[in-house]
Amino acid sequence: MPRIARKKKSTRHQDEPTQSDSALPKSHWSGTLSFGLVTIPVELYSATRSSRRSLRMLAPDGSPLARRYYSGEGKALENDDLTRGFELDDGSFVVVDDDELERLLPDQSRDIDLTRFVPRTSIPPLYFDKAYILAPAESTHSAYRLLASTMERLDKAGIATFVMRDRQYLVAITSRDGLLRAETLRFADELRTPESLGLPPEKKPSAERVRHMKAAIKHLSKEQAAEKELTDTYWQRLEKLVEKKKRDNEGVVPARVEDAHDENVAEVIDLMAVLRQSLANQKTPKADKASQPGIKKTRPAHAEKTRARR
Amino acid sequence: MAARAMWKGVIALGSTKVGVKLYSAVQDRDIHFKLLERNKHAPVEQRMVKPDSDEEVPYEEVRKGFLSDGNYVMLDKEELTKLAPKASREIEVARFVTTDHLGPEWFVRPYYLGPDSDVESYFALQEALADSGREGIVHWVMRNTEYSGVLRAVGDHLMLITLRHKDEVVSTKDVRMPNGREHSAKEAQMAEQLVVAFEDEFDPSIYKNEHRERVIELVDAKSRGKRVRLKKVQEKKAEPSLADALSRSLLSVHKKGVSHTKSQASTEPAKAKKAGSRTRKSSTRKERSVA
Repeated sequence: MPRIARKKKSTRHQDEPTQSDSALPKSHWSGTLSFGLVTIPVELYSATRSSRRSLRMLAPDGSPLARRYYSGEGKALENDDLTRGFELDDGSFVVVDDDELERLLPDQSRDIDLTRFVPRTSIPPLYFDKAYILAPAESTHSAYRLLASTMERLDKAGIATFVMRDRQYLVAITSRDGLLRAETLRFADELRTPESLGLPPEKKPSAERVRHMKAAIKHLSKEQAAEKELTDTYWQRLEKLVEKKKRDNEGVVPARVEDAHDENVAEVIDLMAVLRQSLANQKTPKADKASQPGIKKTRPAHAEKTRARR
Repeated sequence: MAARAMWKGVIALGSTKVGVKLYSAVQDRDIHFKLLERNKHAPVEQRMVKPDSDEEVPYEEVRKGFLSDGNYVMLDKEELTKLAPKASREIEVARFVTTDHLGPEWFVRPYYLGPDSDVESYFALQEALADSGREGIVHWVMRNTEYSGVLRAVGDHLMLITLRHKDEVVSTKDVRMPNGREHSAKEAQMAEQLVVAFEDEFDPSIYKNEHRERVIELVDAKSRGKRVRLKKVQEKKAEPSLADALSRSLLSVHKKGVSHTKSQASTEPAKAKKAGSRTRKSSTRKERSVA
């Protein structure tokens, strides 16, 4: 569910990224992985990004547009004038505000409690929703590396639930190439089954037809990386059109300075920068000793909340 | 009663064709709220405006701008329509690769495929694909949009999962985790024992979206005019060194002799899991009361 945007006109400039902010990607969540009594502070970063990020809605004169809400009488509304309602059959609304929804979140909020490990490959692919990377949030990576290597060696995924922003998620924590990942999973009741769809049960095909299909599969089998097939051809055509229009100087308008800045920052996630940053505090052996692995750092209880609300 | 297919297509493995119907494997369970005006509880309207002047721009006049070298290149609807792919019924298999070749970060949305008219070819492909240990990388056009996907045998049926494009997935190829102190054999062994102690089968039916259920309860209670009391909760405590924490974790797990969560093991009988009635930790929460 979309949050009511809290950004106000007057605070616009405060929200713009500063130079130092833009060097590092934004983490979506920070909290701890609990593994037995071991706690591992982590930052969660998206493992995906939108390829459509450079497309904006513009007015005919080229100025970027914003979404704004109006009352039925045409009065412009500020965020404080908005709330949410669930529409009943008779057209009336049950009013629920964001604070109430937030208070309904489970209390395990800042933790991902690893208490169930399943064979990684036993999770059916239709469960996977969004993919994230978990970076160690502390100067000492010892517990993080231990969990990552153990899970990878045993090829296990940890299944847990956790809360991020205003939602509860089911998540599979996996490990690949020494890096822990979090894949959010769909809840079972969000998935249909062949039975619920009324798909016909298996009807044994003739051996000959199966042999024919096997031959067709074999013919098209290749070992090269599948990624090669995954270029965005629509985007390529779009870029070609954009290049042509630039050459012809047709429909080209200068972007505002802050928009042009966005273009350069993009959403490229430099994981190395993240890791370097978390290592930056680890200068002296003394400092390393002081921050024993597994010790949970005191974290302002509402830090995350404040961030999510901005 | 059979659900209605959202699209019909033909899988093309070279010259071999298999007609299929496509069904969404996902059903939306979210509760959808409308934005309301706080005072009047009336739905609001959304408009696109120029942010500096609040001047409204009607939908028909909205253009798309492609940000490039500090400029916007303006694109109108006609130009974008021309870029749309040609309509087709074909789900073309580009290649078959070994399953597990693409990680879940590539997956977007799953669809079940059912047979269209030739039921035998459908199940022949399903069987052949299941035996091969492979999945097809496929391309198709549905509702004016180009899709890439994987074609897999799942259970007794075929499934199609749409995939992200190459530039949408963050590469971790060059990421090297920093080196640190080597783990002692003892630590590695204890960590492994702990994972093994928590081993289980993947059983998604035991997890409930509690928040969603509580939101439904709240809306329900409010619609019946009840007052609702809500409270917020606390945090967990920290523990000292890694080796110490590992050994104490193991100890507490072994004492209980079951692979369950700490809270579960202490508050719920082991068979609650089988009954599918488990909701994590909810039984330990005293403060919250809805309705």
